[in-house]
Amino acid sequence: MSNESGMFGAKGSGDTSGFGGLVRTAASTGSSERPYGGYFDDLADDLERAYPEFSDAIERVVVALGELTLHIKRERLAEVAFKLRDTPSLRFEMCLGVSGVHYPEQSGRELHVVYVLLSLTHNRRVRLEVSVPDSDPHLPSLVEVWGGTNWHERETWDMFGIIFDGHPGLTRILMPDDWPGHPQRKDYPLGGIPIEYKGATVPAPSERRSYS
Amino acid sequence: MTQDVYAPSQETTEGRVYSVTGGDWDSLITEIGQTKEERVVVNMGPQHPSTHGVLRLVLELEGETVTEVRAGIGYLHTGIEKNTEYRTWTQGVTFVTRMDYLAPIFNETAYCLSVEKLLGITNDIPERASVIRVLMMELNRISSHMVALGTGALELGALSPMIFAFREREKVLDLFEMISGLRMNMAYVRPGGVAQDLPTGAVKKIRETVAELRHNFKDNEKLLIGNTIWMKRTQGIGYLDLAGCTTLGITGPVLRSTGLPWDLRKTQPYCGYENYEFDVITTDTCDVYGRFLIRMQELEQSLRIIEQACDKLDNLVGQPVMVADKKIAWPSQLSVGSDGMGNSLEHIREIMGTSMEALIHHFKLVTEGFHVPAGQAYSVVESPRGETGVHLVSDGGTKPYRVHFREPSFNNLQSISAMCEGSMIADVVAAVASIDPVMGGVDR
Repeated sequence: MSNESGMFGAKGSGDTSGFGGLVRTAASTGSSERPYGGYFDDLADDLERAYPEFSDAIERVVVALGELTLHIKRERLAEVAFKLRDTPSLRFEMCLGVSGVHYPEQSGRELHVVYVLLSLTHNRRVRLEVSVPDSDPHLPSLVEVWGGTNWHERETWDMFGIIFDGHPGLTRILMPDDWPGHPQRKDYPLGGIPIEYKGATVPAPSERRSYS
Repeated sequence: MTQDVYAPSQETTEGRVYSVTGGDWDSLITEIGQTKEERVVVNMGPQHPSTHGVLRLVLELEGETVTEVRAGIGYLHTGIEKNTEYRTWTQGVTFVTRMDYLAPIFNETAYCLSVEKLLGITNDIPERASVIRVLMMELNRISSHMVALGTGALELGALSPMIFAFREREKVLDLFEMISGLRMNMAYVRPGGVAQDLPTGAVKKIRETVAELRHNFKDNEKLLIGNTIWMKRTQGIGYLDLAGCTTLGITGPVLRSTGLPWDLRKTQPYCGYENYEFDVITTDTCDVYGRFLIRMQELEQSLRIIEQACDKLDNLVGQPVMVADKKIAWPSQLSVGSDGMGNSLEHIREIMGTSMEALIHHFKLVTEGFHVPAGQAYSVVESPRGETGVHLVSDGGTKPYRVHFREPSFNNLQSISAMCEGSMIADVVAAVASIDPVMGGVDR
């Protein structure tokens, strides 16, 4: 997460509180320290045993709010996914969904893809996070590993313009096929298109008068 | 071969393709009869009455056998996830409740659990608020299952079960109206608790309704369970086994119809579900009939939970339903007035007449909202259709940075190809009904 400045959300107005000059780094960008707590240590150990290149493939291990997140290099994603699915002590049979996040200020890693995995056998969860640069938004598709990611990856392509290499049919899923742009990106305005109603045209919200 | 004006044909790489525009069916049938293969592509939906809203299915048929199914979705995409990024955390509830419109309370609860996790106040939620959430969720499960059963039966030609199901659903919606002021899209569950306490006499009314429901559910059971026609239409139809469910990420009744007792209320309890006694219903038939039986029997389990929640509420009278932290809690208890739900008049009197600080506090919280520490969280609830998961990212501000709903309808609908390819076209309707997709949730 980025640097934050100020407090109370006030921007561009006269600051009488003095908190406007405050600068904080919101969330740490480092790995969590062991022990992680709960089953997270076992999970990391098991993955390290099953996957010797663990330290090379996994950039960060973050434990926060009782959830474990593995930040994985994109070229290693499919390997790690297969290990997570097939190793008996891990057995993450299900990938529940794919969610994209756009951080325009993180240069070189603007687009993040988040996978939520569930192990029915061990009743455990883990989150995988991969970041790709906006200029080269490619990462391997996981449809081979979990067929259910098919639609989720299509949605992430549709909404963020992230290209999943090897996907059997990476087409738009929610927006019309000929839609320009990827609506969930932060540089895409809300609404974004003018509204036509009974002959009159209402400009897009970003084009309307602003009172602030 | 003559070109028909109503069904012109053209040669493509896939063979001869007909575009039917209506009109003269006789000449079309003659023309089709001249071709060697009987491959027909039928477009079912998006306005087809048995596709649960605006689902479009592209079916490739050989005779009456379905060889390929492709689902086209997105007709109800409303950009709810994007919209929430421009609203405060509290206002987000009003948006997410409209996703899966048959299970609004589940969307709200999953979202609020995730916000509370980010705030670090999961353990500070008052017990009464959690019990009310459970109560509302289970009532909502009944009203949602009633639609699933009623419309599912209707689509297979059984009209009476639909009448009975909607009759009972109405009673649940009346309870929602009494408690929250609204029948659907209540925005009743809020970060920190619930919008308002139960009105006087609510628990008594709920108990009465539970007794009525329990009695009236028997009507549908008598009509459908063991009914020969119903069983012939549903047994062995829409087959999807455990391996298929895991690879496709299927949860909810479809997963439980493979015999796996996976219910998040038991396996990963939230809102205090570990304190309730209920059974996880499974069948091992992997088919439409099994899913129907599961929904039917889950109704009784929901009634059991509601009764236990009522008992708990009797012991928690007068307890708060919102976190004590005034920096997070909505400044007043809302109340249902003659013109709908709004701030209670006593509160307005206090902030306008007696306390300047309360007015400032109210103004800041309502217009700007509260800050949520930076980070990401994922929270789940077991909705009537499976795992509703909410992935939230906060940048430390008063608005969400990213809200993503892992909607069970969206995910489960993927399995329609696996369930239907190779089956008869009439069974596609049964399979779709057994998935019970809600297009508001699928498209968001």
